[in-house]
Amino acid sequence: MSSALIDLVWQSTLETLYMVAVSGLISALLGVPLGVLLYVTRPRQILAQPVINGILGVITNVGRSVPFIILLVAIIPFTRMIVGTSIGTNAAAVPLTIAAIPFVARLVEGALNEVSPGLVEAAQSMGATPMQIITKVLLPEARGGIINGLTITLVALISYSAMAGAVGGGGLGDLGIRYGYNRFNPTVMLITVVVLVVMVQVFQSLGDYLVRKSDHK
Amino acid sequence: MTTLALPTKQFQGRNRDPTGSTSHYASSVNSRNAPAAAQRTRLDRLVHTAATVALVRRDPYTSALFDALTIPNAFHDLNGPMIQLDNVSKTYGSGARTVQALVDVDLNVPKGTIHGVIGLSGAGKSTLIRCINLLERPTQGRVFIDGQELTAMDAVQLRQARHQCGMIFQHFNLLTNRTVYDNVALPLELMRESRQTIRERVMPLLELTGLAGKARQYPSQLSGGQKQRVAIARALASQPKVLLCDEATSALDPQTTTSILALLQEINQRLGLTILLITHEMEVVKSICHRVGLISDGRLVEEADVGDFFTAPRTQLGREFLNAFLELEPPQALVERLEPAAGERTHPVVRLTFSGDSVSTPLISRLAREHGIDVSILQAKVESIQGRTLGLMIAELMGSATQTQQALATLESFDLHVEVLGHVQRTD
Repeated sequence: MSSALIDLVWQSTLETLYMVAVSGLISALLGVPLGVLLYVTRPRQILAQPVINGILGVITNVGRSVPFIILLVAIIPFTRMIVGTSIGTNAAAVPLTIAAIPFVARLVEGALNEVSPGLVEAAQSMGATPMQIITKVLLPEARGGIINGLTITLVALISYSAMAGAVGGGGLGDLGIRYGYNRFNPTVMLITVVVLVVMVQVFQSLGDYLVRKSDHK
Repeated sequence: MTTLALPTKQFQGRNRDPTGSTSHYASSVNSRNAPAAAQRTRLDRLVHTAATVALVRRDPYTSALFDALTIPNAFHDLNGPMIQLDNVSKTYGSGARTVQALVDVDLNVPKGTIHGVIGLSGAGKSTLIRCINLLERPTQGRVFIDGQELTAMDAVQLRQARHQCGMIFQHFNLLTNRTVYDNVALPLELMRESRQTIRERVMPLLELTGLAGKARQYPSQLSGGQKQRVAIARALASQPKVLLCDEATSALDPQTTTSILALLQEINQRLGLTILLITHEMEVVKSICHRVGLISDGRLVEEADVGDFFTAPRTQLGREFLNAFLELEPPQALVERLEPAAGERTHPVVRLTFSGDSVSTPLISRLAREHGIDVSILQAKVESIQGRTLGLMIAELMGSATQTQQALATLESFDLHVEVLGHVQRTD
């Protein structure tokens, strides 16, 4: 393996990590609150708002149902507005984030749903405000589930980022398609796949470790 | 009493190192084997090391509790109601699918008393207790705690009022990702108390509930009884006037139930805390309640002092509860022979419930002497409830129709409850 190829793989790996990190971070920052909102505004929940809940639900479902490859091209104007260009890793991070937000939100909502209603009731009996219930009961008790959800999101983002590569986003997917597929170079193809597999393994193991460490159920 | 006995040993070797839990487990195993009498531990035996005393003394609430160890009933103030429900109803659903969970419930719990509410599942017990701190808002009626009307409060006032009203649950409802210490600290965090105040309040409560050695452990590492102790400490952290217990012992084994009930009784006696508990177990009512209400289909059908309820329940449901509790149902072989109506050659079978003075009356020999009948005792039992004696007996009155009629009349002239269960064919 030439040093040029090693350089290329290394560069692409960093690009992929960059895309996943940026979109993962932003989608967590926006997706977790959205997931909390989706949960607490449910009927019979602490901030029951059936109308708002319905609207948020529809928006989230739309976001979840648009195929990523279509989202990628459909929001190009928006991407340009945000990062000033529609190609490169920064540009790829925008649709990745948009796709991941509703994904995170639904996973967070599911994790919160696993918290025993008895705990919320106990907190209410102690005179907790809805905000205190969210910060002191729901989020800490759902911590394991949320970390698990974020791990799933990161792994999904790794594979989505490979797709972004296909439209000039850079990263390992880009490398695999251009060097491996278009130039009939099975070695490059194999290397990209191996790197991606390793990356997923590392993320998943790290996530599992954090879940174990943070959850005392 | 297992878990109550445990801390006594812990205090001697006082080990607050979070990792030093092995020895605690060892002593827990030992105490399980100790005779029940030796395990009868009271708070005053829990609080006996200098360090504990110092810690407990620093906090006014537990200091009061501690003072009261030497001044019995110092905090009993039986004036006025602590909990008052005024014509409370709760309806779920709407239209054709409405369910009446509570119907016109009036309830009055005097300060410093332990009030039990008993009923079958689905009778409305849970709804009732949740209507007191407005976890469920009554559809109609008013709720007062210590003279304040909760049903008239806005959200902010209600949250304040809830600090006065601790609650414990059947399934403990501890936060799994918080340590024992942090669980007990939670109500104080919610009240935005300083870390310093929290520490000063939590540690004495952990000492008093026998959990000091467990402060850094997580609920998943505790037994059911210990979890309920954490829940009790947590409920007391905001220094409430009222403790609501929602089937607090229903998930515990009989031994642990006894120890939790003893702790609740101590808290009531020493601090004068008013306790309202709901349960489906007569045993719980019998052991610690002063008064009891019987709930059925959302209605409070009977209310009485525990002694009266156990000696002379006024409703059919009350009698059913009592008979099931005392296991005083006639033997199956007898039930099969029972005929509803008296015949040519039958003897009546009666169930006698006697209390108070009639317990000591030599009833059977009198019947035999005065009416010339024989009395065959099929089943009998004597129970002591809240200092009152309760006798129960199932007996066959053997004699001619006239003789047994007269005997029954005599029985009814005494202070006792006579119930003719049926008639059996004479075998002679």
